[in-house]
Amino acid sequence: MIKRTVKNVSEALQGIESGMTIMLGGFGLCGIPENSIAELVNKKVTNLTCISNNAGVDDFGLGLLLQNRQIKKMISSYVGENAEFERQMLSGELEVELTPQGTLAEKCRAAQAGIPAFFTPAGFGTEVAEGKETREFNGKMHVMELAFKADFSIVKAWKGDEAGNLIFKGTARNFNAVMAGAAKITIAEVEELVPAGTLDPNEIHIPGIMVNRIFQGATFEKRIEQRTTRKRA
Amino acid sequence: MALDKNQIAKRIAKEVKDGYYVNLGIGIPTLVANFVREDISVEFQSENGVLGMGPFPFEGEEDADIINAGKQTITTLPGASFFDSAFSFGMIRSQKVDLTILGAMEVAENGDIANWKIPGKMVKGMGGAMDLVASAENIIVAMMHVNKAGESKLLKRCSLPLTGVGCVKKIVTELAVLEVTSEGFKLLETAPGVTVEEVKNATEGTLIIEGDIPEMILD
Repeated sequence: MIKRTVKNVSEALQGIESGMTIMLGGFGLCGIPENSIAELVNKKVTNLTCISNNAGVDDFGLGLLLQNRQIKKMISSYVGENAEFERQMLSGELEVELTPQGTLAEKCRAAQAGIPAFFTPAGFGTEVAEGKETREFNGKMHVMELAFKADFSIVKAWKGDEAGNLIFKGTARNFNAVMAGAAKITIAEVEELVPAGTLDPNEIHIPGIMVNRIFQGATFEKRIEQRTTRKRA
Repeated sequence: MALDKNQIAKRIAKEVKDGYYVNLGIGIPTLVANFVREDISVEFQSENGVLGMGPFPFEGEEDADIINAGKQTITTLPGASFFDSAFSFGMIRSQKVDLTILGAMEVAENGDIANWKIPGKMVKGMGGAMDLVASAENIIVAMMHVNKAGESKLLKRCSLPLTGVGCVKKIVTELAVLEVTSEGFKLLETAPGVTVEEVKNATEGTLIIEGDIPEMILD
């Protein structure tokens, strides 16, 4: 067994420097690597390019990095729900590359799978396709998209073991599963880290070969963005 | 009388057939789930990675790890499954999802749709809308026929940045049900009490009226 464990978040994030490109898993606030984001704030690294479906909210998630002006560029599909983000974007302080969500996911998956580029129909005929190669397949137009190239990928899982194997819970799998192994170095923070042999190999979502460093997060707030409920009858 | 949001959702729910996998967008489309007949089998997909979505959880049973694409806490029904974002859009691109219902700011008579950006004013992003409209075979748009200033949102050409080209098949507004054809918007039904003339006045794009137009049946 090859051990992928590191002691804590600061050891896990060693080597992350200003100006790097970092992928961060999560959808909204669901399944975000909160311990690592807090450590990025502590490290005071700046000029980051962040690839993440969303940009958090003003006081949580990637919003914390935005407040400190640590992000130079965001690559996302949807960035509502964040006033500071909007302000920085409209004032030109923050560069933003909006990408269709399925394309964003596939650009991660392509990097994870060693595929340099792919064609998708999403965005054809829109400003997303401007300057990109287009091609017809089976009578339908497609746009060529490139795999992401990132220095670090930071994902969050429910359970993980010493070998780096990951299991996600519910919709917190989202971009975490496609970003694992999609950058030069992948860091996984998990709610529960267990000894190798504890998890059933049949139930592993991401094998440890895709994860370079794994640690158990100290605390998880797991904030809910839209708490919607129904009354008991 | 023009329809309210729930009535638009109610009319769209009639388009949901037994055995359909359906993706619902944010806003009016989300309400459609409340009006689908109970005697048919339908599964709702949310592009953040769940199939078999159920109603909102009871108070105290919310789970931060189980949400829909609108980031609302949800539940799952028997037969549900979770998957990652790439897989989710894989099932959308490969047309496993039978029906996509989404909102729009503008639709053109050739089926173009704009719903993600107002230059200089609102830039929230397209989310999954561009992937959905580019791949779905069956797209129904739930929208208001006119904006707050009374201007038509069913146009000859969209004025806002496009989300997709030539993809919308059907539109349900507060005034009418329309089909997008190669000749323009074909009027299928009017809302109860709404005249054909009112629909005509609210539609900037080419409106095709053939024979007597039936009134919508909501119940």
